[in-house]
Amino acid sequence: MEKRATRDALGAEVLRLGKEHEEVYVIDCDVAKSCRTLEFAQTLPQQHINVGISEQNAVGIAAGLATAGKVPFVVTYAVFGSMRACEQLRQEACYPKLNVKLLCSHGGLTPANDGASHQCIEDMGVLRTIPNMTVIMPADYASARKLIAAAYAYPGPVYMRFTRDAVPCIYGEDEEFEIGRARLLRAGEDVTIFANGDTVSIALEAAERLAEEGIQAELYDMHTIKPLDTAAVQAAIEKNGRIITVEDHNILNGLGSAVCEVVAEAGSGKVVRIGVQDRFGESAPYEELLRMNGITAEAICEKARLLLEK
Amino acid sequence: MEQIKASGTELKEKAKELRKTLLTMIYEAQSGHPGGSLSAADIITVLYFHTMNVRPDEPKWEDRDRFVLSKGHVCPVLYSALIKQGFMEEKEIGTLRKQGSPLQGHPDMKRCPGIDISTGSLGQGISCAVGMAIAGKRDQRPYRVYTLLGDGECGEGQVWEAAMAANKYELDNLTVLIDNNGLQNDGFAAEIMPTLDLEKKFASFGFQTVRINGHDVLELEAALDFMGTQKNGKPKCIVCNTVKGKGVSFMENVPKWHGVAPNDEEYRQAMQEIEGGF
Repeated sequence: MEKRATRDALGAEVLRLGKEHEEVYVIDCDVAKSCRTLEFAQTLPQQHINVGISEQNAVGIAAGLATAGKVPFVVTYAVFGSMRACEQLRQEACYPKLNVKLLCSHGGLTPANDGASHQCIEDMGVLRTIPNMTVIMPADYASARKLIAAAYAYPGPVYMRFTRDAVPCIYGEDEEFEIGRARLLRAGEDVTIFANGDTVSIALEAAERLAEEGIQAELYDMHTIKPLDTAAVQAAIEKNGRIITVEDHNILNGLGSAVCEVVAEAGSGKVVRIGVQDRFGESAPYEELLRMNGITAEAICEKARLLLEK
Repeated sequence: MEQIKASGTELKEKAKELRKTLLTMIYEAQSGHPGGSLSAADIITVLYFHTMNVRPDEPKWEDRDRFVLSKGHVCPVLYSALIKQGFMEEKEIGTLRKQGSPLQGHPDMKRCPGIDISTGSLGQGISCAVGMAIAGKRDQRPYRVYTLLGDGECGEGQVWEAAMAANKYELDNLTVLIDNNGLQNDGFAAEIMPTLDLEKKFASFGFQTVRINGHDVLELEAALDFMGTQKNGKPKCIVCNTVKGKGVSFMENVPKWHGVAPNDEEYRQAMQEIEGGF
């Protein structure tokens, strides 16, 4: 399967949008090269700002631009965008519901060699607690581009998180994606898996292995964790109530927690959360970091079997 | 409705009106920040009745001059200016900090006409003003952007991030005003966190600067007029030396009046003092 990093989609799609819409601005924070926005800077200098190493300022400037009708995309790493500038996002983007987009590469454990300081396992949880915020992690290159375009069209603050490393291409270029609407990737009656980001392809592999054992797993790409596609979760609860969530994020307050909230309020169903085990990462190969946290196809299969035994 | 414009001694009368209005608001609410509102009263008066071009009946007019109250807690003085300019009716004076009011405890652009951006968390407004000024430059719009910061607020590192960006993008359409009253929430700035010379600091960040008496409306008028003519690629900074609580003897330079509302007797005395001039 072809692999591409979703940060490449970030660079390509904001450039396309910028060429088409002169109100699209990119605000870089001295990581344009890593975030793939260098070409935007060179091609559309009138729509580009590089504030250097000042993420808080970047978000404030974006808010000011938004009041003047611009659609600013602040681009940086997930750990700095979501937390260094967190309160600025809350005060100046979310509270007045301004049209500020935060697009962050290096989400989850993907900056593997960089170690814990650059890995980001808290961002989706931190930002989904802020009113008016939309939180998205696309699974692959094609869906990333479509969802960035959807974020442009959506009037309000959006956070999107991308992978540093190449991830398998799952979708065709012509497939459509809607913010807040999970994508059914595989039908199945025995257990439902909700995954997002680069773990979607891991879950897909698990679902295929389970099928070989005669277990039919349903798989959703839950690219938007806020607003959550609660209808998809409800359907899973009603179908068999056996749910597994998979994410490259702390198991606290990410996709798993969001799904659990729906299940708990429904009063039935059982959820097993697979994700980062509330601990910091370290410098190590990405696959090894996932394995240390039990984010593997084997682990998903094992949890599915356990759920079916009960 | 036309914007009311004033100059010279008329501005002194307007400033008096604003001081009385903001004190009435805070008294009625029994909550709010009188000290910093009073220190900023002359600055806001000159901005809204002399310098800035705004349209009270068209608050979102594209070419309006923008104002960002970075020190958002002194919004009673801004609300007073907006009301006296006709952005809102006089009856709103009694609604400060009350449920459903456009006059939220800190400025809310979605609820209050004439507020160009929501503020309240210190150090952030100046970045928003930089964003507005960049948009104005790139779109070749004639508007100017003004932002008012407290000296205490300059303790936030983001202020200096924004100042660097203002220099980089040659924002001569941006004027930063410092309400340099020397006090902050916990006491005297010199004791809490010395700011040193803010004029020199902004100058070293590439700003064209001037230091004035922030209670002299003629000086304010002249400084703002002059800075507006300086299209030299340098962002502007006017350090306004002020007295916290200015105009009410028992509030002047007294830290406790940062965020306390006057009682009946204090309110009566304050209104009398302002009426009598100072």
